[in-house]
Amino acid sequence: MKTLTLYNNGRSVAFGDIPQTTDYHEFTQYVHEAMANDAYHCVSYFGYPNADALQLIMCLANDTNGTIEVFSFVLKEKNCPSLKIRAIDRFEREIAENFGIAFEGHQWPKPVRTAPDDYPFYRADDEELHEVGVGPIHAGVIEPGHFRFTCEGEKILNLEIMLGYQHRGVEKLMLEKPLLSQKAMLAESVAGDSAVSHGIAFATSYEALCDYQINERAAVERMIACELERMAIHTGDLSAICGDVAYQLGNAVYGRLRTPIINFMQKWCGNRLGKTMVRPFEAPYDLTPELIADLHATLNAYEKDFTQMSNKIKRCPSVLSRLERTGTVTREQAVEIGAVGMASRASGMLRDIRSTHPYLKYEGQVKLVVKKHGDVYSRTQVRIEEVYESLALIRKLVDNLPAAQASHTAEPQLQANRFALSLVEGWRGEICHCAITDNSGKLALYKIKDPSFHNWDALELAVRNNEISDFPICNKSFNLSYCGHDL
Amino acid sequence: MKHISNLSILKAQGKQYIPDPTTAQVPGIFRGRPVISTTPADNEKIAAICPMQAIGTQGGLSIDLGKCAFCGLCARQFPDKITFTKDYKMATTVRENLIVREGIDKPIEYGPKPECAKLFKGSLKLRQVSAGGDNSCEWELGATGNVNFDMGRYGIEFVASPRHADGIVITGPITVNMARATQICYDAVPQPRLLVLCGVDAISGGLYADSDAIDRSFLKTHKVDLYLPGNPAHPLTILNGLRELTV
Repeated sequence: MKTLTLYNNGRSVAFGDIPQTTDYHEFTQYVHEAMANDAYHCVSYFGYPNADALQLIMCLANDTNGTIEVFSFVLKEKNCPSLKIRAIDRFEREIAENFGIAFEGHQWPKPVRTAPDDYPFYRADDEELHEVGVGPIHAGVIEPGHFRFTCEGEKILNLEIMLGYQHRGVEKLMLEKPLLSQKAMLAESVAGDSAVSHGIAFATSYEALCDYQINERAAVERMIACELERMAIHTGDLSAICGDVAYQLGNAVYGRLRTPIINFMQKWCGNRLGKTMVRPFEAPYDLTPELIADLHATLNAYEKDFTQMSNKIKRCPSVLSRLERTGTVTREQAVEIGAVGMASRASGMLRDIRSTHPYLKYEGQVKLVVKKHGDVYSRTQVRIEEVYESLALIRKLVDNLPAAQASHTAEPQLQANRFALSLVEGWRGEICHCAITDNSGKLALYKIKDPSFHNWDALELAVRNNEISDFPICNKSFNLSYCGHDL
Repeated sequence: MKHISNLSILKAQGKQYIPDPTTAQVPGIFRGRPVISTTPADNEKIAAICPMQAIGTQGGLSIDLGKCAFCGLCARQFPDKITFTKDYKMATTVRENLIVREGIDKPIEYGPKPECAKLFKGSLKLRQVSAGGDNSCEWELGATGNVNFDMGRYGIEFVASPRHADGIVITGPITVNMARATQICYDAVPQPRLLVLCGVDAISGGLYADSDAIDRSFLKTHKVDLYLPGNPAHPLTILNGLRELTV
């Protein structure tokens, strides 16, 4: 099968250049051969109604050489055989739900975003076992989703997660809302805790469709914002992890350490979560010398306290005993489900878009933090060490900030019949935005994939054979997005 | 040794709480309550650039803070006409009070407190329901409980069960898939109970208002007791708004 080779470089291609085949065997054979190789993973797979058929577009990223292979199968019927690849299962479920396609032989054809009342959860009929249903509304101040546990006493044998409660119709509104500012805000609200990362993914794909390249300074400012977001959320999640093992000191200290970072975001762009920070074609808020001085002072004070606290938890037996060997996802499992981002690196995978498919000015800038045990403690360690990596990177970028450059004068326009794909490593992992323009140069498709789309499977596997009382810390160690998944 | 390291962390942290969150200053370029000047301008043009359609032109320019996402686009493009102050006290019990009109620079009126508020003096327990929220308001509601804002000092806390709550705080535009759960949760709160909307999505639906994945019928049949504007609402907006109910 012919493929179109792309790079994550903010350039679009002619949509017509994406190879098409009507031979499903040819399509599946290529997918199977590629996916048998650990280097490949599926970054997106979606349907695009084209003429009287459905074009199924597959985007496979190669982590070794930084390419993204794009190719498609033209489906004219309402059914086709499933690829039967675990890491692609959820994409097929999504296509089935959106277009009424039956994937024959699919291992688990359950809804992705509809959460029907009569859905038959996986269950074991055994008098020794019991079920625990949690949600959609949970005990904390968090988003909704339903968790169905099958337990033997206190031990979780199986967890099935039902999502979809947060479905707001983001992708549809992306096409319907006429203003660019509206689209940018929709992208930021895909997951409000990743507003900067999704903002960058949107801006990059939109700019690619307009054949526009932002200036170097704006690119570096986007990186700084993205790394600040990573630091802030990792710190907040470390607080929550401590909270879930009833370690008050860690909960309080990490909780308050998040504040100066997000307050800096507010000083910079006016919003603590970085909303409005990123807009296509421009850097609305310049990083002024005063802000840079403030940032250095903020980071120095932060680092001192962060180090003191992190050294403490690494030596605190009552914390370690709850984190170590809890919620383990093995490397084999992580590979099988196609895990991405921070969670995959905690299970020994070298998967980080900043390094494998560098964008903006990330090339050669990021040292991967990889752990091999795949437990809650590995994910905690990855977060702590990534905070240091981000700290170092931000300082380096700020000290070498390119000089201010004049930006565009007139707003560039979308070009007709183009395809753009942008990958961004948010704090959770890889975000993928794909966009297609039609004959008239209007957006015809906008496809969003949050890293949670892959990693919810990891949580299901992580909790098996753990005590149900450890579920909260397993959950928090991933802190997956409900709205990012449900869109 | 163990206790010494704990003490040294406590000593290094010192006092982190904001001494008085009712008068605290927010750092940086926080966009709070906007002010619209009487300087003549092309009002239609200003209204047209607003991504949230929050700007009205009837009887002079106005901004509806229930629809505004505080993105600041209008103020960046028309700085002579619109400026955002750092006034975070924008909570109100009356929806109309969220409309800021041209030439008027005074605090948002809180409005009459709900009748049942006197029952919650010094102790207000709330259940949070995210119904399509994007996890930004949720983060900020969580932040009100951290050691900086410490909303617990006023007896205001988020609880796990609606049975223990005096009301619910909704974030998000209320999705079709969360409509029933929201109703069930509200019904599970003992009466009298409060209904609080936090963030632009909850108050007006925001950009999602006309999405077919949204079902806001719950709000048509229940009286809202408090609006907390923002995108997301700032912890000080939330804290001051809720605190007013308990004093």
